[in-house]
Amino acid sequence: MLRTTPFHPRTAPLVQGQAWRRWAGYSVASAYELVHDREYAAVRNAAALFDVSPLHKYLISGRDAARLLDRMVTRDLTKCAVGQVMYTPWCDARGKVVDDGTISRLSDRVFRLTSAEPNLRWLSMNGAGMEVAIEEVSERLGALALQGPLSRTILQQLTPADLGALKYFRFIETTLRDIPVAISRTGYTGDLGYEIWVDAARAVPLWDALVEAGMPYGITPAGIWALDLARIEAGLVMLDVDYHSAHHALIEAQTSSPLELSLDWTVSWTKGPFNGQRPLRAEKARGPAWRFVGLAVDWGSLEGLYGEVGLPPQLPTVAWRTSTPVYKDGRQIGYASSGCWSPLLKQYLALAHLQAPHFGAGTSVEMEVTVEHRRRRARATVHAGPFFDPERKRT
Amino acid sequence: MTYDAILVGGGHNALVAAAYLARAGRKTLVLERRPLVGGAAVTEEVFPGFKFSVFSYVVSLLRPEIIRDLDLPRHGLQILPLESTVVPLDNGDYLGSWADPDLSRRELARHSARDAEAATLFGRLMHHMAMAVKPILGMVPPDPASLAPSDLRGLLSLGGHFRSLGSERFHALHKLMTMSSADYLDEWFEFDPLKATKSASGIIGTFLGPRSPGSAYVLLHHYMGEIDGAFRAWGFQKGGTGAISETIARAARSFGAEIRTGAAVEKVLTKGGRVTGVALGSGEEIAAPVVVSGLDPRRTFLELVDPKELPGELVDAIGKFKFRGSSGKVNLALSELPNFTCLPGFGPHLRGAMSISPSMDYLERAYDDAKYGEFSRNPYMDIVIPSLIDPGMAPPGKHVMSVFVQYAPYALNGGWTDAKREAFGDAVVDTIARYAPNIKSAILGRQVLVPPDIERITGLSEGNIFAGELALHQLFFFRPAPGWARYRTPVKGYWQCGAGTHPGGGIMGASGRLAALEILKEAGA
Repeated sequence: MLRTTPFHPRTAPLVQGQAWRRWAGYSVASAYELVHDREYAAVRNAAALFDVSPLHKYLISGRDAARLLDRMVTRDLTKCAVGQVMYTPWCDARGKVVDDGTISRLSDRVFRLTSAEPNLRWLSMNGAGMEVAIEEVSERLGALALQGPLSRTILQQLTPADLGALKYFRFIETTLRDIPVAISRTGYTGDLGYEIWVDAARAVPLWDALVEAGMPYGITPAGIWALDLARIEAGLVMLDVDYHSAHHALIEAQTSSPLELSLDWTVSWTKGPFNGQRPLRAEKARGPAWRFVGLAVDWGSLEGLYGEVGLPPQLPTVAWRTSTPVYKDGRQIGYASSGCWSPLLKQYLALAHLQAPHFGAGTSVEMEVTVEHRRRRARATVHAGPFFDPERKRT
Repeated sequence: MTYDAILVGGGHNALVAAAYLARAGRKTLVLERRPLVGGAAVTEEVFPGFKFSVFSYVVSLLRPEIIRDLDLPRHGLQILPLESTVVPLDNGDYLGSWADPDLSRRELARHSARDAEAATLFGRLMHHMAMAVKPILGMVPPDPASLAPSDLRGLLSLGGHFRSLGSERFHALHKLMTMSSADYLDEWFEFDPLKATKSASGIIGTFLGPRSPGSAYVLLHHYMGEIDGAFRAWGFQKGGTGAISETIARAARSFGAEIRTGAAVEKVLTKGGRVTGVALGSGEEIAAPVVVSGLDPRRTFLELVDPKELPGELVDAIGKFKFRGSSGKVNLALSELPNFTCLPGFGPHLRGAMSISPSMDYLERAYDDAKYGEFSRNPYMDIVIPSLIDPGMAPPGKHVMSVFVQYAPYALNGGWTDAKREAFGDAVVDTIARYAPNIKSAILGRQVLVPPDIERITGLSEGNIFAGELALHQLFFFRPAPGWARYRTPVKGYWQCGAGTHPGGGIMGASGRLAALEILKEAGA
């Protein structure tokens, strides 16, 4: 049996279509309603409530906690202040990404790491000989993401903490209607949003409090289908969908470096030694062979292809995750790894890995589309960075 | 300050036209009489804390090419889902149509298994019909009486297009263009409330009943937005329809257009059969070689310019152009949600439309009242509660309800008075209360708008929401008058871009776009 999250007693009765998804051995809702449009709309319009409990979570504590993490990840963890959260990938010795996640500095000597994959062994290996304790708290800790423009308004009803003062990628330990929680201003939607970390035993009352306070503000429980649309609009990479962990790759070509994933900003070139430092420096010097970019499919081109068979463009309602060839001048130069129709931007978007030198913003390429069982190619334009990046996310 | 083009009125079509002109490098000025742009697509805080899409309230038809060309999502376009329609029935039951097609089919089968099957085929036919008509929406109407090469080309391509449909679809299209929506739907369905509800979109904004020939086309007009991928359904703009106008205005400004509110154009100035500029109510005159009226045909031809400047035939045709506003709007500020007896308590039905269309006779009787100069005692209503989807429209826990009502004839027997307006508002609330008895005690504020109010506030003649009826004799190369459907006027440099030109009403923007493209083409740009 798959495990259920601490919020399951509340989420299960809401899943109308029995649409569940496996996530790290847990089942979570793909969508609560039969059609997920409203769940997605809540992310951009009001507030969507996601159960993200299946994330792996570790507490790393001790005199060498910072040293361990700094040795492991690409960002400069020595600059992570108490109360700060850093998003970072971590690499193997060849500079290929093993996983990515967030690290919160709870105190001088205590950090919490979240990840998509189990990392207990990797943490222990990297901490060999250090004065550090590593504890997996995945099951002990429930996690909710409240994402959307009204998320702050809703949370503020319930907590004495001043959320207006909580900056992007900072967290605070406080209470929500007397339930002890940590609230981090983080998320996977590219919008204003928070993640709330709670003792699993208090998960259900936390859910109830949020739903009650959020009702007048349009709070909407939302599933992975809605989350997937939002994260593609935000241009956020997803492990096992857009890239493979270096620990799972069967062949070299299945690995990706942070530079190839366009995560350069997470790699510190000035910090002390860390996993993959030397190969990454070399890669930086010669320039990455691949980049992870956005593609905006040209509507006229798509309409033309469908017009040839007498149809209006048929658009995916759920994000796809099928590797899809991308061409330039008739030659394959990469592949798209996820894509969707953006209900907000009214554009057909994809996230793609493209080879040098074709990944520059504005480059015109072609993406394969299947039109009535035939493989065709639609024009698309390379886009760097998130497709959607509202001011409210940061301010 | 000199301008290349001046837009008279800041309705959404004028804003679209301004954006296209500015995008092409024209120095463009929009002059709007009211303190806010949008015309009939405006959001106003009618009661403190309660915001309403005062007139036009949902969106589906906005042309996808306009959304892309003007990059509207970047400027604030955000359409929120309006997923269901529920019709309370007189026997206490209801008919629902939901976002999930299987759920909708099962619901309909509860009332008629036969109709549930027919609905699939009907949907396919309407898809084909909308596809058949879609190219026409993006086409400048050719003049069938003209021998000019561009008109002949247009007619030929139109003929070719219709031939390409094949006989079956052409015949279906012919029926749709000539029949009443009641007769048309009778060929498909048996469950009366279903037919009534579907036929309702055939009467909106017209002075027709569901049994009046020609109403089937309007039904198609409302299907049009569903095939384009941009929305595929009707939806709410975040912040109300006024936010769409603001979005288009922002796009226009981003291209360099200037927009002045509180600037009423009194006259379009001409000299020797050529436009020279505009004169404002304040006496200010602004010169421009191109003036584009976004107002309706009556104001464009009979008020802004001196009819003496125009051919008598055109003046005569515009004089006969039918407006006949037939709809009213009641905006309610609510302390709590309505509790419908057919679906008690809170439920997903409240996030969709509630349609008061229990039977075909009900609608036709509503029309009978209007035919003889009275407002409907039991009117057709399309009710939505935008605050459930867009919480910013009302204070937390409170709600706004938008009630589109038909019929409220412009030419009411004895004329509209404050007392009659309130009586009309009472009829609306009484009717809702039959289905949701708590409504009366929930009302914190009530705004009642009848056609003379719509006319006074938006300037739309006789309060017609489409700037002239969407009747067959007023469409395509007849809109607004034979020979003058190509956005031009007999005055050189004076153009029209409002919904009174092809293809007409709804928040579509197509008239504004086509007009701007014609203006730019003529200038050889």
